[in-house]
Order: sequence, then C-alpha cells, then structure tokens
Amino acid sequence: MPVETVKETYTGKVREVVLGSGEGEVKVGGQTTMPFYTFEGDMPNKPKIAMEVYDETEEWSDWAKEPFADVIDDPPSWAKKCQDTYKTDMVTLQLRSTDPNGSNTSADDAAETTKKVLDAIDIPLIVMGSGNIEKDQEVLKKVAEVAHGKNIAIGPAQEDNYKAIAAAAMAYNHKVIAQSPVDINIAKQLNILITQLGVSADNIIMDPTTGALGYGLEYTYTIMERLRLAALQQNDDMTNMPIICDLGLETWKTKEAKVGVDEEPTWGDPKTRAITWEAVTANSLMMAGADILVMRHPEAIKLVRNIIDSLS
Amino acid sequence: MALSGLDIYKKLPKTNCGDCGVPTCLAFAMKLAQGQAELDTCPHVSEEAKSELMESSAPPIRSASIGLGEHAVKIGEETVMYRHEKRFENQTALALLLSDDMDDDEINKKLENITKIEFERIGLMLSADLVAIRATSDAAKFSALVEKVSKATEKGIILVSEDPAIMQAGLKVVADKKPLIYAATIDNWEKMAELAKANNCPLAIKGANLDEAADVSAKLTDAGYKELVIDSGARDIKGILADQVNSRRLALKKTFRPLGYPTIVFANEVSDDVAMQNMVASTLIAKYAGIVVLSELDAATLYPLMVERMNIFTDPQRPMTVEEGIYEVNNPTAESPVLVTTNFSLTYFILSSEVEGSRVPTWICIHDSEGLSVLTAWAAGKFVPENIAPFLKKSGIADKVNHKKLVIPGYVAQISGELEDEMGDWSVVVGPREAGDVPQFLKTWSPAGEKEESKV
Repeated sequence: MPVETVKETYTGKVREVVLGSGEGEVKVGGQTTMPFYTFEGDMPNKPKIAMEVYDETEEWSDWAKEPFADVIDDPPSWAKKCQDTYKTDMVTLQLRSTDPNGSNTSADDAAETTKKVLDAIDIPLIVMGSGNIEKDQEVLKKVAEVAHGKNIAIGPAQEDNYKAIAAAAMAYNHKVIAQSPVDINIAKQLNILITQLGVSADNIIMDPTTGALGYGLEYTYTIMERLRLAALQQNDDMTNMPIICDLGLETWKTKEAKVGVDEEPTWGDPKTRAITWEAVTANSLMMAGADILVMRHPEAIKLVRNIIDSLS
Repeated sequence: MALSGLDIYKKLPKTNCGDCGVPTCLAFAMKLAQGQAELDTCPHVSEEAKSELMESSAPPIRSASIGLGEHAVKIGEETVMYRHEKRFENQTALALLLSDDMDDDEINKKLENITKIEFERIGLMLSADLVAIRATSDAAKFSALVEKVSKATEKGIILVSEDPAIMQAGLKVVADKKPLIYAATIDNWEKMAELAKANNCPLAIKGANLDEAADVSAKLTDAGYKELVIDSGARDIKGILADQVNSRRLALKKTFRPLGYPTIVFANEVSDDVAMQNMVASTLIAKYAGIVVLSELDAATLYPLMVERMNIFTDPQRPMTVEEGIYEVNNPTAESPVLVTTNFSLTYFILSSEVEGSRVPTWICIHDSEGLSVLTAWAAGKFVPENIAPFLKKSGIADKVNHKKLVIPGYVAQISGELEDEMGDWSVVVGPREAGDVPQFLKTWSPAGEKEESKV
C-alpha cells in the first residue's frame, strides 16, 4: 500500500535576490520549501559558492595556499582563477588587510583592489570588510563607490555601523549584507532597521555569523533553521532574505584545519582533514538554509558542488 | 500521541479497588498519563486495554539497541523535526562495512581502523560505533568472518544477508551480542522475524521503496516486533533525504506506527567515492538517519563527521561545558600570562584556538560558570569576584607562575577593582572583549612588560 506522506504547506517564500550585472547576473534564494525538500516545494536556485580571494594571507597553512600559489599576491589574478579554473558562481573579496589591528591598509587601497578584481571577472562580487566597526564604514563606502553599476554585495553591516554601510549600498545600487551575532531577534531587527533607511528588503542578504564545525556550528545551524521556518511557515517578510555563510575564514582558522601530523598524529592527513572540515561545515549549513557559501579550498568546493547536484 | 488521564481512565476497570496502590482508577490514570506509574501494577486491566494503552503510550519513534554493555548503541526515540523544538536524542551511529569476499589484508586493515581511530573532544571519546558484515556467498565464509570480527572488537555488529539460512549461521556465532539483523524483505520477512524473535535481536527491514518498507514493517509491528530499523531502499541522496523527512514526519505528526522506527542508510551504496560517502553521511547526520554505513574509515574524514554529529546532537537548552581547571597552551612557563574565563565550551574552544594560533605560551584558567558565556555568567552571578577568586586560589596557579598578574575578559572590565581586592596582592588586567583580539593583546602585553595599559 502506498504510504500517504504529509506535505508541509509553506505560506512564505524566500526572497529572490539578484547579484552582478549583465551576462554575469546570478540569482539566489526564491525557494518555497526547506533546503532540498523538492518533494514538497520549489528550489529555483541552488545554493551558490562564492569563492574567497584575500588581499592578505598571513598565517595560512601550506595546504590552504597550495591551489593559489601562482596568484596569492595578486587578488585580480586570484579572482580570475576562481572564475576560470574553479568555475565559482561568485567571488568574495575578503579585505582582511584593512583591519586597524592588523596591516591597517587604507580605504583607497581597498577600493583600488576592488576595482581591479571587478575588472578581472564577469561573475558577481561580494566584498567583506575586516569586521571592524569604524573602519568598515570608511572602507565599504569607497568600495561601493568604485563598484557603481556592478551590483555587488557589501558587508558586514552590523548593529553598530549598518547606517553608513547600508547607505553606501543604497547610494550605489548594491546589496547589503546584514550581520547579526547568532541571534534571531537581532537578525530580524537589523533587517527592519535597514529597510527603514530606505533600502529595499530585496537588496538585503542575511549573515547570521558563522560558527565553524566544532566552534559553534550548532548555534548558527539552529538560528538559520529558525529564520527559514519563520520565513516559510509564518510568512515573515523580515526574515525571508537569502542567507550567506562566511565559512571559509571561520573554518580555516580552526586548529583542526591548521595543525600538522607532528602535532596531532592521530587526526589523519592534515590536508584531507582541513578540506573535509570546510566541506562538512558548508554542507551542514546548507542543510540549515544557506543560499551563499563563502568557501576557500577548490577540493572542498568540489565536494559541496557534488552533493548540491545530487540533492537537486 | 500521548493520551490524557481521562482517555486512559476509560480503558481501566473503574472498580477503584486500590490494588495498584492508588486509591481510585482516575487517580491511577492521571499518574499513568504523567508517566509516574506503570500499567503493569494494575492486576485487573484487560489484555485488550493493556495492548491499546501500551501502544498509544509508546514513543512515536521507537528505539533500537545494538550490541551489549558499554558498546551498546541506541538509536531512535526521536521526538522532533528540528533540534530547537527540544533536542535530537540518540546520535546517528556510524558503521564500517566489511564483506566476506574481501581479502584478509583488507579486512585486517579495516578492523584495525575501527578499533584504533578515536578522538578526544571536551572529555568525550569519539569513534565509529558499529561493524556491518555482508555475506556474499555461503554460510561458512560468512560465519568465519563474523567470528573474526566478534573476537577483534566489542563494537556492535550488523549482519547483512537476505538469506535466512546464512543469517542463521551468523547468528549462531554472535546472537548473544545482540547484533542487528539486516534485512527482512517482502519475500523473507517471516523467516527473518523468527530468527529475530528466537535470538532476541533487533531487525532491520529493507523495502524496494518506502511503501514496501512500510508494508513489511506493518506486518512485523502487528506481530509484536518493537525493535525494528528501516531501510527505505532509496540509494540516491535525493530520494534518501525525502524518505528520511517523510518517515519522521509521518511518525511524529500522524503517529504512523509502521514508520515509527529508526532508519539505516548505506552511504557505501550511494557512491563508490569515499569522500562523497562522507558528504552523504554529513547530510544524513543532520537529517535524521539512525545508522549510516560507510565503506572506509579514515581519521581525517571521520573526525569532522564525529564533530558534526556532536554539534547537531547537542542539547540546545544545555550548553556544553569543559571541566574547571588550568589549561596549558603552547607550553607555558613561570613567566607566561594567566587568563581567566568561563567554562562554556565555545568560549573555551575559541579562546584556546586563538591563543594557540598566537603561539604565545599561556595559562588559561577555566572557571566553572555552569556553561554560561562571559557576559551571561557575570549577569547571573556565576563569573564574579566572589567565586573567581576562591577558584583561582584553589587552582594552584600561583605556584605555577612567578608573577601576580591576571588577565580578565574585556566584557567584565567592571569587576577588575573588586577582583583585585579579593585576590590580595594580584593585579588584574583587562584584556580584549573578543577572543579574536587576544593574539594581538598577547603580542603587545606580557606580565613582565611595561605596556600593561596599552590595550584595554
């Protein structure tokens, strides 16, 4: 006898957001069901990979640098390699060097790098500041300006600096990445505040703050599930933006992705371990609702791509 | 779903005889509804009422146990679709597949992996849980391998054969270790059920699809079998995900008994590629599998899966904690800085990982704050001078260092004065708020250095 399955009826829908311009446009979100529940809803756009490009790679492990050895000091070539060789859906430029507690490079330098990266690729660009409240306002404003017309995403816009960053995004027609500290209420509140500034809700992408595998993954996972359920089941139009997970950075700074066999002889091959650490982090977050996965290693990305294709 | 006291009362004898130890049948029914009494204590309840009541009070997804003693693995008994609703109860068991057509070298290597690969994380030992043994030809070959495995490891065993005669041969060797019998199918279920009953072992069902699995399960459920495990037969990840979600939903929302059992998935049959199997396992740890079978165990790929499992199955209402005490990072000496923070496992993990990355030798004193993070613990009075100072004095940190400087998290800067008063001749330095800024702090500040005020 056929089993009569219970279909969940979702009243809401994740907003569809378009990134990039011209031929290089990419859509994210738009689904009417929980991740890959295609037996009861639509998932018009698969989760997208936004491969990382750094303006600084201090203290990276050898196996993290390996695939990019030829381009690691040149962000535009690096971005081009991600596009042409690794076929990434988008590129995320991580402006780590702007951190005032680090190299403290200028906003003008960041804008220059952004411009060159944009010139090197046709696919959409995401630009992430260092996370420093004050500096990011200055940096992302300049970045938004030079990227005018390219429809990029800039962030993270946090509770304490969202005004300047959202205003910059709005002024130059970009998307804004609203980052909340693993807190569903703040996530929603921040979306409300940003829309009150005049930014369309269709121009917001949510960043719930990513905990890597073993470092708070379960908190991010559950906040994302709850955000997505609020969007789909309660039709909450202030939690229904696509979700981005900035996981490359978080994964690769863990001990498990960095230490060699000499330090942890029972943990297996360090390169395989690090790649799997990133792939499993990405996969878990994808099952909780991630629409954009910011990732680092081509082999981890390959694994995640395969599972995305098999699940779709 | 759970019956109310009144629903139960209707099925009781209503004689108020008091033989159960409770004065009235209604009061007894109320206690039953609250799980404070056992139906067996009523000597007069009819057999019919008993089976009805037992059935309706049974959990919507039953449990199954495989193996014995400390290596016994319990799966099932899940009550929610999403972990924030309550918690996921019994973590996905990971099994390694052995087959009786493998050569000795391969088998020995795999057996070594299953016994040797383990990881310690916050005081817990993580390792694969089960060995699945597949019969490919005859009973003798199969039982020889079963015997070999059972001697090599105490871990629970899954016997894999659809031939009842071969299954019987395997059971002869390990029935007393409570292996999982895999599998009863539409064709052999009566014979497999007999074996499960005679040997008191849990029984897995394999359907050609979810409908067929539910059919076989309904027959076995009606025959009184309770420890069942379901394989819906799907061998593509998309189909498996749909079956996992639909089974759990039917069991939880509709109390659909035939699918109210834990599940088993053969990731090794989804893909030959070991890395892909790992991704399949990762998906199904998050999405409801009771057991996932893999063809290889490799420390580098198993560790991430184990940690994912630990994360997903953590009780969201109860934070993970680490033990109170002094933790050494990067081989600290008498000159090294002393940091103090709370025992919320995430606080500890992130701080120790940052300190480790800085390569600065450091003592980290972890104070038992009942698993709360710094600011919350301070607000709740669990991370305040009155309890931090006694802990530090008792910890013996003073004997390990030749200075008297203590670094506290920036979020509790306000306690520094009072903590200094409590700590006698120690001075308290306010460190950064965020763990991410600690490496920078440690590079610019040291207990001997003059730059004490440089980074507040």
